[in-house]
Amino acid sequence: MSEIIKVGIADINLVSPPNTIRTTGLGSCVGVILFDQVKKIAGMAHIMLPDSSLSKTSMLNEGKYADTAIKSLYDMLIKSGANGKGLKAKIAGGAQMFKFTSGSEMMRIGPRNVERVIEELSALKIPLLASDVGGSSGRTIEFNPENTLLTIKTVNAGTKVI
Amino acid sequence: MDFLRIQPIHLDVLREIGNIGAGHAATALSTMLNKAVDMKVPSVNVISFEEISEMVGGAENVVASVFLRIVGDAPGCMFFMLPVEQAEKLLEDLLVGQTVDLTKEDESDISLSALQEVGNILSGSYLTSFSDFTGLNLQPSVPATSIDMAGAILSFGLLEISTVSDYAIVIDTAFTDIERQDEVKGHFFLLPDPLSFSKIFHALGVPLDE
Repeated sequence: MSEIIKVGIADINLVSPPNTIRTTGLGSCVGVILFDQVKKIAGMAHIMLPDSSLSKTSMLNEGKYADTAIKSLYDMLIKSGANGKGLKAKIAGGAQMFKFTSGSEMMRIGPRNVERVIEELSALKIPLLASDVGGSSGRTIEFNPENTLLTIKTVNAGTKVI
Repeated sequence: MDFLRIQPIHLDVLREIGNIGAGHAATALSTMLNKAVDMKVPSVNVISFEEISEMVGGAENVVASVFLRIVGDAPGCMFFMLPVEQAEKLLEDLLVGQTVDLTKEDESDISLSALQEVGNILSGSYLTSFSDFTGLNLQPSVPATSIDMAGAILSFGLLEISTVSDYAIVIDTAFTDIERQDEVKGHFFLLPDPLSFSKIFHALGVPLDE
């Protein structure tokens, strides 16, 4: 019996077959999936903000920021037996839900999240195999570690698999 | 922000803001629709990000929303949010004789702008009374509308808060159509930025203990 592992906002979780992993309602947030296709282990992070330097609190929630979330997801996968050199990534999210003419930097957080995720991945030398980012639609994503397919559902733009 | 310093009296004060603000907004809505609109007692909660989406039926639930930034002395975010079917009913009441389908791309232009205007009027009256009550200078930004997953929309209003906390103080007022008592029609969410709380409490004479 397979189950769906849930990833909340600013959360990180791991998955292996036959289970799948899922996060709902990605807006400007970005869902990052790292996976080892050989060892069949994967993890997902639901990040909200690009950089942990934005944090104004001493208690850092690592899952919230692109830089810390990707590192800790990477570490979690290695600890669970994944091969660091075999890790690959897929990402989705980073939409701009509302358009403002006089937007502050916070307003274009979606694109900034995506930029930062891509930087972090390349710093860790993790190839980004597929992405579905930007636009103005919310996304619900589900990753299957068995076939490494990422299913993306939107309200306004249908469903796709990458 | 340190939520531990917040006492029950502070939550009461915030509830009163929700009460007065949404009361004015409900009156405006009632005038617009020419029918009675009932308002629930506002709830003020310190809740996790996940729980906020639960209040409107889960992160994946499709909602029609109007979002605006509050600028001025106590910045924050405000959402007027209702289930798509309810939004369609509301707009049909407003645009007499028209059938509204917000999920259709082509037809939705006039209805979307009507929705935006409804949101504009309602949040404007909410904000005016909030401003009068506190004596703080508050103005709304131009509203933006979106019909999408509740989680995707609400997370946008949590960005400022998320830099300081994993929890948010949400002032939620639900309202219903008096003829259709059983169903909740919509929600007003007021999400003050973290630094705005001390200003609001100070303005109302209940400063946080330093």
